[in-house]
Amino acid sequence: MSEGALGPHDVLMIGGGAAGLRATIAIAETNPDLDVAVVSKVYPMRSHTVSAEGGAAGVMGEGDTLVEHVYDTISGSDWLADQDAVELFVEEAPRELLQLEHWGCPWSREPDGRVAMRAFGGMKRKRTWYASDKTGFHMLHALFQTSLKYRAVQRYDEWFVTRLLVDEGRVHGVVAVELATGRIRSITAKAVVLATGGCGQVFPFTTNANINTGDGMSLAYRAGAPLKDMEFVQYHPTGLPFTGILITEAARAEGGWLLNKDGDRFLQDYDLGTPTPTPELRSMELGPRDRISQAIFHEIARGRSVESPYGDVVHLDLRHLGEKLIEERLPFVRELCLKYERIDPVRELIPVRPVIHYMMGGVSTDIDGATPVAGLYAAGETACVSINGANRLGSNSLPECLVFGARAGRAAAEYAASAPGPPSVIAAQADDEIRRLERDVMGHTTREVDGLSAIRTEMQVTMEEAAGIYRDAQDMTDGIEVLHKLQEKVATVGVRDTSLVFNTELMATLELANMLDVAECILAAALRRQESRGAHQRTDHPSRDDERWLIHQLVRRGADGTPMVDEEVPVTITGLPPGERVYGR
Amino acid sequence: MTDGRIELHVTRYRPDKDTEPGRQEYEVPLREDWTVLDGLNYLKDEVDTTLAFRWSCRMGICGSCGMNVNGEPKLTCATFLSDYAPGPIRVEPLANFPVVRDLVVDLTDFMEKLPTVKPWIIREDDVTEIDGEYLQTPEELDAYKQFSMCINCMLCYAACPVYGLDPDFVGPAAIALAERYDLDSRDHGARERLDVLIEHEGVYGCTFVGECTRVCPKHVDPAGAIQRYKLKAAQQSVKAFLLPALPKGLRQRMDQ
Repeated sequence: MSEGALGPHDVLMIGGGAAGLRATIAIAETNPDLDVAVVSKVYPMRSHTVSAEGGAAGVMGEGDTLVEHVYDTISGSDWLADQDAVELFVEEAPRELLQLEHWGCPWSREPDGRVAMRAFGGMKRKRTWYASDKTGFHMLHALFQTSLKYRAVQRYDEWFVTRLLVDEGRVHGVVAVELATGRIRSITAKAVVLATGGCGQVFPFTTNANINTGDGMSLAYRAGAPLKDMEFVQYHPTGLPFTGILITEAARAEGGWLLNKDGDRFLQDYDLGTPTPTPELRSMELGPRDRISQAIFHEIARGRSVESPYGDVVHLDLRHLGEKLIEERLPFVRELCLKYERIDPVRELIPVRPVIHYMMGGVSTDIDGATPVAGLYAAGETACVSINGANRLGSNSLPECLVFGARAGRAAAEYAASAPGPPSVIAAQADDEIRRLERDVMGHTTREVDGLSAIRTEMQVTMEEAAGIYRDAQDMTDGIEVLHKLQEKVATVGVRDTSLVFNTELMATLELANMLDVAECILAAALRRQESRGAHQRTDHPSRDDERWLIHQLVRRGADGTPMVDEEVPVTITGLPPGERVYGR
Repeated sequence: MTDGRIELHVTRYRPDKDTEPGRQEYEVPLREDWTVLDGLNYLKDEVDTTLAFRWSCRMGICGSCGMNVNGEPKLTCATFLSDYAPGPIRVEPLANFPVVRDLVVDLTDFMEKLPTVKPWIIREDDVTEIDGEYLQTPEELDAYKQFSMCINCMLCYAACPVYGLDPDFVGPAAIALAERYDLDSRDHGARERLDVLIEHEGVYGCTFVGECTRVCPKHVDPAGAIQRYKLKAAQQSVKAFLLPALPKGLRQRMDQ
């Protein structure tokens, strides 16, 4: 195999979304002599950043202060975010967003030419920069197109990473499959940055794209790096039934209302404020996502929702905003409703229900994206710094990709400049992995047609039952048992497709194995945390317990292959002791 | 309609197994809210796991799932089975591209052409410290906004008869992106891009068929971009003929 090894590179980026591309550009700018390559299982402009709609938060508006953004983020996190990390994030976000502006991102503007800011959930100032309602799309394309300027940046487009090569606590590269040819190669590098995004596909109903299978989390986990805060999975309140397509929070920021079947703005019944005709910051429809999703759950339980062919829904009402505002600020929302629901939000109510949207947890990193494995970094949704704690605020994730992408890139560049090359044992490790793929995965053909999709569906249903908006010990214990059986099944599921060329069945099999790792970690961490905080709500432990649980749980892979929560790290508190989350009063 | 079924006639081709592309006929449930992509995923999950196609966001924004549907380039995640009832529906790889396998085409050519039109902000000043935004009024934003909506889905290349005949043609999406940056008030790179596009396979390859604009799912209007470039190129050659000796600064002012 060694003669087929690719590289060596100085830094290998795994993933080409906002975090990966921002990191890549940071490396190219920090040290143009470094050899940086991006490995992505899709062409970078297909990355899931493309689907982000509402905007990116950064303090720049008149009257806004860093202190307020810090407070909003920490109270939004239900006090589980690390406050030093949040302070740094808030301070660096505006510069990163300005940098994107200089790279051509078409931010929406005020009449005088300044960047416009909109309101967002849980934020008490208008500080969310936006490019109409396709913010992620425009940011991703601006980053991707800007990255093309740096001719030194190499790309492995449509290569799927199957393993990190780690020896004595130090990463030396990866093994990856080139989809177009099926060839499996090791790619060596001094530093590796994981920027592979989230894992929404672990659940049956998600806003996330097909590619969001938690690959980076599983790669790190299998390489011995711990995952952090895995019990915190965010439901976004407004997904379209059936498809799960996101209707951005910006729809409510621009003045949209959530209504029950009687046409009442029901959030007033859940300690989120009193209805006002125009949106009030940190109140009602501009509350945080965890609280609003929980309110919808209760509204459904009380029988005040509306039945639909795809489950109970509530209504999002934009009719009073008028066609002009909707066309200007929310044209994509209208396009999506017309196309996928055949309704026009200018005249009709939008049916919505809570939908899995975002993973607060991820690969545990410090504020420079560094993991405990030397040379291994992570940034973006796949990482957990943690600035999001138990509940991320809308419009904090895009700037998180930029701030911590750039920081991880610079740190990886610095590390790579003086790191040693791979020891000889790495080649043998790569050979083992190639053999595993050829013999155990590809070599294991099966006659069963729906083996793969059956396991995936069972995993997703299990996760929705065990780790939904409300959880309890019994459901989670049952879920863990099911996942354990599915892990055994997936190891022998086999691949019917024997072609080497663009074998999407092989990739789906490897992705499913990754998802099962992530699913197991979510349940292990969630079962152990005996309190309710942010997106982790337990009916058997309904209160927040700061005495016991103001900590992050770290999950590692045990010797028997099952997840172990083996470390607790205290939350870093700098200036804001845990307090009550107050919205609308 | 919920109980019906519809036939999908899908192109199959595995270069390491088949000598040439063939067609396989399948049947999928005809559900009102199912897209062509939902049909393909049903086949992949329940009927034939070996069928290969690209997809990701399923909401018409990532640009992965372009295919020819009944001969017309479409995003399959935004094209509904019921629009083709009672069928059958032909699902083929995007035309004008080499086929990697089944419904997957090779995008290498576009990915190599894209950087040649310099789709990034080019400045005359050398900004190193960022202390504020470049001002841009909503009107200035509107001037290029439409051309910034391209999702690189390649439907325009599949529809372009010129690209089909002359693979050296830069093509609609790349030219639209060049125009996107030219029209951006923050950018000073128009002349550099014109130098690239003035070449034979740049804008002149286009014979104004307009198919690119017709099939664009995001209303980008690449044909309009190409037309504007041809005009600029013509003006440029006149100016170069009349004013060969003017200093660069003055020439640039005349370009404004």
